[in-house]
Amino acid sequence: MIAPEVMNEWYPVAMAAQICAGQRRVTQLLGQPITVHVQDGVIVVTGQAGPLHVTEAFGHVWACPGTPAHPLFPIPEALETGRRLVDVGVVRVKCSPLRAVENFLDIAHFPFVHTDVLGAEPHTEVNRYEVQIREDSDEVWATKVTFYQPQAAKSAEGGIVTQYMYRVPAPTAAVLYKTCPARPDAWDVIGIFVQPLSEELCDVWPWMALYDDATPQAELIAFQQMIFLQDRSILENQIPRLLPLDPGMEIPTQADLTSIAYRRWLKKRGLTYGAQMVAA
Amino acid sequence: MIRLYDYVLSASCYKIRLMAALLCVKLEHEAVDFHPGRAHKSAAFAQLNPAGTLPVLVDGDLILTESTAMLVYLAQLSGRDWLGPCDPKSAAQVQHWLAFSGRLAASLGMARLHDMLLYEGDIDAWRAQGHAALRELEAALSERRFAGGVWLVGDAPSIADIACFPNVALSQDGGVSLDAYPSVRLWTRAIRALDRFVEMPGIHRLHELRPAPEVA
Ligand SMILES: N[C@H](CCC(=O)N[C@@H](CS)C(=O)NCC(=O)O)C(=O)O
Ligand SMILES: [Fe+2]
Repeated sequence: MIAPEVMNEWYPVAMAAQICAGQRRVTQLLGQPITVHVQDGVIVVTGQAGPLHVTEAFGHVWACPGTPAHPLFPIPEALETGRRLVDVGVVRVKCSPLRAVENFLDIAHFPFVHTDVLGAEPHTEVNRYEVQIREDSDEVWATKVTFYQPQAAKSAEGGIVTQYMYRVPAPTAAVLYKTCPARPDAWDVIGIFVQPLSEELCDVWPWMALYDDATPQAELIAFQQMIFLQDRSILENQIPRLLPLDPGMEIPTQADLTSIAYRRWLKKRGLTYGAQMVAA
Repeated sequence: MIRLYDYVLSASCYKIRLMAALLCVKLEHEAVDFHPGRAHKSAAFAQLNPAGTLPVLVDGDLILTESTAMLVYLAQLSGRDWLGPCDPKSAAQVQHWLAFSGRLAASLGMARLHDMLLYEGDIDAWRAQGHAALRELEAALSERRFAGGVWLVGDAPSIADIACFPNVALSQDGGVSLDAYPSVRLWTRAIRALDRFVEMPGIHRLHELRPAPEVA
């Protein structure tokens, strides 16, 4: 039995453009088979017990297998004119969906995993930043994060100190805001939307909303896929495969404040699908 | 300028990026939206390569659509050092490994596309064919080792090594482990330790042996 807290959340299940183009996606959500397709002009998601709640946002189809506890979170920036919205496409990863989100929140791995792109030795230090669980939206936020990056984005020319904000608005989704090289007064927005196929397997859909008129679409996609595929081999080798929520395990270091907050937030809300609750 | 129609996650495209880097040949890269856009299957792309595959290499009026042909071309342009010895036996062995790299792509490469980008097909068959190919490679490289050699053909790295390296080094992405192939693993380390080696996602330079290059 999967906890109702888990069932009542929203999860990404497809890229909207592919479904609207007539593709039928036969897939899985929380271990159960589902189908995503267009029927009489609307996107439907069907499970064994009938249709699921569906909404479309940020280029993707989202489904809730239970009774939605709340509407899908907003990303107001997605509606700003002038932004390029980029669907990066699915990548399958053999890991817990929660681990995929946690890795996205962790800056400390940049110099070692995204060497010479998102980080570089000897600039490995993570400066102090602020983490909170916002009461109004019930989201995890990390702010005032700064990090030296040799190539912060496709549009970056040379190294810059990048500012970041991180946000976890749903159990298997994370959004980051980072310095936009082309427009220093604005943030670029990058999300990863994680579809939990099972507790140890997920389909990950990176997505971007950028200010960048110059870079061809294929290069924006290639840049983000390169980054995410560097993470994939790390994610597939993490032990234990489930995310430990038992406080006694894997005590994170200073750099992982966001991860601690994310784990506490999951635990408090009973969002334990993909988590390990007892010491192994 | 030589132009490469390229996709960052493609093992076959990486063959060419790696060869060009080792040879110090500058390429102009044209990113193709292979996934999720499937731009390589578009009508426009079919004008360039009717087979609808990547990579494609264009130099003036020369259009190459087979990565092995591209390796030969780049190596010929660059002083022939990477073509392998030219005695009849060695020349034939180089051709053998160039063709063999196609088998690696059709087995290990497809297993990887299945596990990573959700390509549909018989994953068990792809993995089994991948293991069969790896056993052959292991046998050949072990023999070379016992004879004091490191590379597939001759005493220096050649296009034969570069052709076979990417799909072998990425085999874990398709759920095929190299644990049972020690000679293969040593050989991948030798390639990763070459001067001017470049990485791709899933293939790292040898951190243990060489310092990272200075950040520009
Ligand atoms: N002509 C072969 C094709 C290599 C190949 O299979 N490339 C893959 C990408 S890694 C491809 O384009 N696949 C598309 C398809 O076969 O539909 C070569 O150059 O080695
Ligand atoms: Fe990463």
